[in-house]
Amino acid sequence: MTELLRPAAEWELQSMLAKLASRRQPVEVVGHGALRNAGRVTNTETAITTASMRGITLYEPTELVMSARAGTPLFEIEAELAARGQMLPFEPVDLGPTTGASAGALSIGGVFATNISGSRRIASGGARDHLLGVRAVNGRAELFKSGGRVMKNVTGLDVARGLTGSWGTLAILTEVTFKVVPLPETLVTLAFRNLPDDLAIEALTKAMGTPYEVSGAAHLPKGVAARLNQPRLKALGEAVTLLRLENFSGAVAYRKDKLAEALRVYGTPLELAAEESWALWSELRALSVMPYSRDTSLWRISTTPSKAPEIVAAIQKFMASEAYYDWSGGLIWLEVPAAADAGAADVRRAVAVRGGHATLIRAAPEVRASVDVFEPMKPEAERLTLGLKAAFDPLGLLNRGRMYANM
Amino acid sequence: MTLVRLPDPDAGTIGRCAAIADDLARLIGRNSLIVDEEGRRAFETDALTAYRCLPMLVVLPRSTEDVAKVLKYCSDNGLKVIPRGAGTSLCGGALPAEDAVVLCISKMNLIIDVDYTNRTARVESGITNLAISGRVAEKGFFYAPDPSSQIACTLAGNLAMNSGGAHCLKYGVTTHNVLGVRMVLIDGTIVDIGGGHLEAPGYDLLSLVIGSEGQLGVITEATVRILKSAEGARPMMLGFSTPEAAGACVAAIIAAGILPVAIEYMDKPAIHVCEAFASAGYPLDVEALLIIEVEGSDTEIGTLLSRIAEIAHKFSPKTEQISSDADQSARIWAGRKAAFGAVGRISDYYCMDGTIPLGQLPRVLTRIGEICASYGLKVANIFHAGDGNLHPLILYDANKPEEAERAERAGADILTLCVEVGGCLTGEHGVGIEKRDLMGVQFTPTDLAVQMRIKSVFDPAWLLNPAKVFPLDARDGMAIATDTAAPRAA
Repeated sequence: MTELLRPAAEWELQSMLAKLASRRQPVEVVGHGALRNAGRVTNTETAITTASMRGITLYEPTELVMSARAGTPLFEIEAELAARGQMLPFEPVDLGPTTGASAGALSIGGVFATNISGSRRIASGGARDHLLGVRAVNGRAELFKSGGRVMKNVTGLDVARGLTGSWGTLAILTEVTFKVVPLPETLVTLAFRNLPDDLAIEALTKAMGTPYEVSGAAHLPKGVAARLNQPRLKALGEAVTLLRLENFSGAVAYRKDKLAEALRVYGTPLELAAEESWALWSELRALSVMPYSRDTSLWRISTTPSKAPEIVAAIQKFMASEAYYDWSGGLIWLEVPAAADAGAADVRRAVAVRGGHATLIRAAPEVRASVDVFEPMKPEAERLTLGLKAAFDPLGLLNRGRMYANM
Repeated sequence: MTLVRLPDPDAGTIGRCAAIADDLARLIGRNSLIVDEEGRRAFETDALTAYRCLPMLVVLPRSTEDVAKVLKYCSDNGLKVIPRGAGTSLCGGALPAEDAVVLCISKMNLIIDVDYTNRTARVESGITNLAISGRVAEKGFFYAPDPSSQIACTLAGNLAMNSGGAHCLKYGVTTHNVLGVRMVLIDGTIVDIGGGHLEAPGYDLLSLVIGSEGQLGVITEATVRILKSAEGARPMMLGFSTPEAAGACVAAIIAAGILPVAIEYMDKPAIHVCEAFASAGYPLDVEALLIIEVEGSDTEIGTLLSRIAEIAHKFSPKTEQISSDADQSARIWAGRKAAFGAVGRISDYYCMDGTIPLGQLPRVLTRIGEICASYGLKVANIFHAGDGNLHPLILYDANKPEEAERAERAGADILTLCVEVGGCLTGEHGVGIEKRDLMGVQFTPTDLAVQMRIKSVFDPAWLLNPAKVFPLDARDGMAIATDTAAPRAA
């Protein structure tokens, strides 16, 4: 039976951690549980949740900045932003549904602790790029801050950004401050049809090389496109290659014609207007095309865009798999059959020879306990990583084993 | 200027200088070494020229392997190392020490590979900022961060300071535009961080390294993002009778969902100096001038600028002018980009670099005027208004040491003010030696200890760029805390 600690304030979190430190007792760090089925398994007797530390503490729409306590649910933040015609710039991905945890449980702390961003990242940067400041408590039970609430800040080391993607293994975020952006006046999606993966990625990278500020560049091969809810695309029964433009309406109208013209060798695209586009990209963001299943495992592969089709093809030689390409190919969500190692050896080999790294997002707990979930580190990087872990959390209390078996 | 204390040099090390030079010459060749005083003199300061110090030796490595050999040697022999790019730091980030080896990266300036398909360029870090854009311009691409010193400054220096520029409102600063680096640690270990893809695995080491001011290692190569240039860009100028009106106008533009590429602010003294220098057509009878640039096709630009003009009308601008052609656009920017140089023609100046929440602008500008007046000094303000980054230029006479000291004290008061209103000590220039002793204004001892422990992970003996960034006494105070084997938490 896991004991769950629920600090409601920073000082309370500090005192709980100090107590755990005195007992040298490791602790799992959670928000509202959206990420509990992701990452390595921690096997601790105690968990600590930021769920009771919630609420938006600062919102200045004219300065494009918001602060919120770490346990604030993402949906609350997005609702508040939408009410003022703004949004998060990086479409954070909720891993809950695809990993068999509940949907809508992602906290803003979890967003930055995992740094998992959606389609818009290709144009505007990821969660890490929009984090301005944090308050956090480390494994020494010390409360510290880094960064601040202003856009430009190079005062001292960028510890705040350095904590993104550390999955709660260095410190427990208590408050985050981040940049927000205006909602676009309108958006449109161009869908090119029936392109094989290599041509699709070629089209997407070409689109990214135009001046039209494409804000989403994804490719869904036939099998994955069939899982879409978007009725017009689903009805096609073929692969779709998607490009999103967002801006003022005049600019969108102009740019979509220019873009279609620049890519005319790839066919005449179908056009999805604003409402259809919003629904489509929300669907992709929720990973509904990669639904939870015990029969499959899910990988998230980061690579150089033009290498993506080769990587997928190389893996498909060894196992049946379905890919959803985003970031013009720079990101691959790859579904493979459930297996004892989730295909780790083949996936990692295919990625390694072409450059990039792979993270196992969904697999049975015993699989995530036995294979490397995060890309194994080279010795030089490992030395620095272990050094940082020791600097923040010398007793190894926080999320022990969550990222790597040895820390 | 004399307010910043620097540690006493180690006489023993200086005494071994000739032997050290011989050793280094054996490792990387005599040609990569500067020993004579005249040669070393060129490295005695950076763009914070009030502070000078002749380094013991200067090395100019040609390769990552050279850098690794030099650093390993220095580490083995307990020698301090000052990494240096082009020496354009405004905060004394590249100031040498008498008992230190300056490692200048400027000979490593090649473009290794340009990949237009994946929109990246792999370069050696000694390349100048502008040379990257220059190389990819033929295909209509550019490297986004554009510090004012971009013609001279190296990417290595940009990486060290996480440099920004006028256009980072839209395109972000250095950390948003770099995908990977090759870095040499003080013990000579070569480590690759990130790569040619958008996200690096594991901890975000790239974030820690970028902006670390030469404290963690020496970057020798980097993969940067290159972006396709917009179809066109055009600035407009709006003059206002009060800073309040100009500040409110900026807020209203952003609130309307418009994100220009740049919003620059100049106060009256700055306008006059820049106009005299560049003949840009700046209005001379206004208290505050905004230069706002938007991008896109001609039609898009026209639409956006008229929307901005419409918003601005609510704040009764005294003058309003949209650039009519490329020549005028170039002059408008030439005036702004040459602002520091233009001010430098009329006076010595001390350039500050705080950031504030935009809403505090009128209050802060008033206080800056009062602070400088209280020290008997004049000030000109240049400001990246879109992101709250202030550059007050405090005018003083460098030939009068007492006046220089007053300028330094006024600067410290201004930066303290920036922190008090919710901002920070430095938006893009870095801490260096200049703001080192003000770090305690922004950070608690614990905040600093967290940073200094990271420094210790990368550079356990604190040999890299010593006496910068962290207050000297802060490090003394955390000697126990850096001992990660004996945590205090228990």
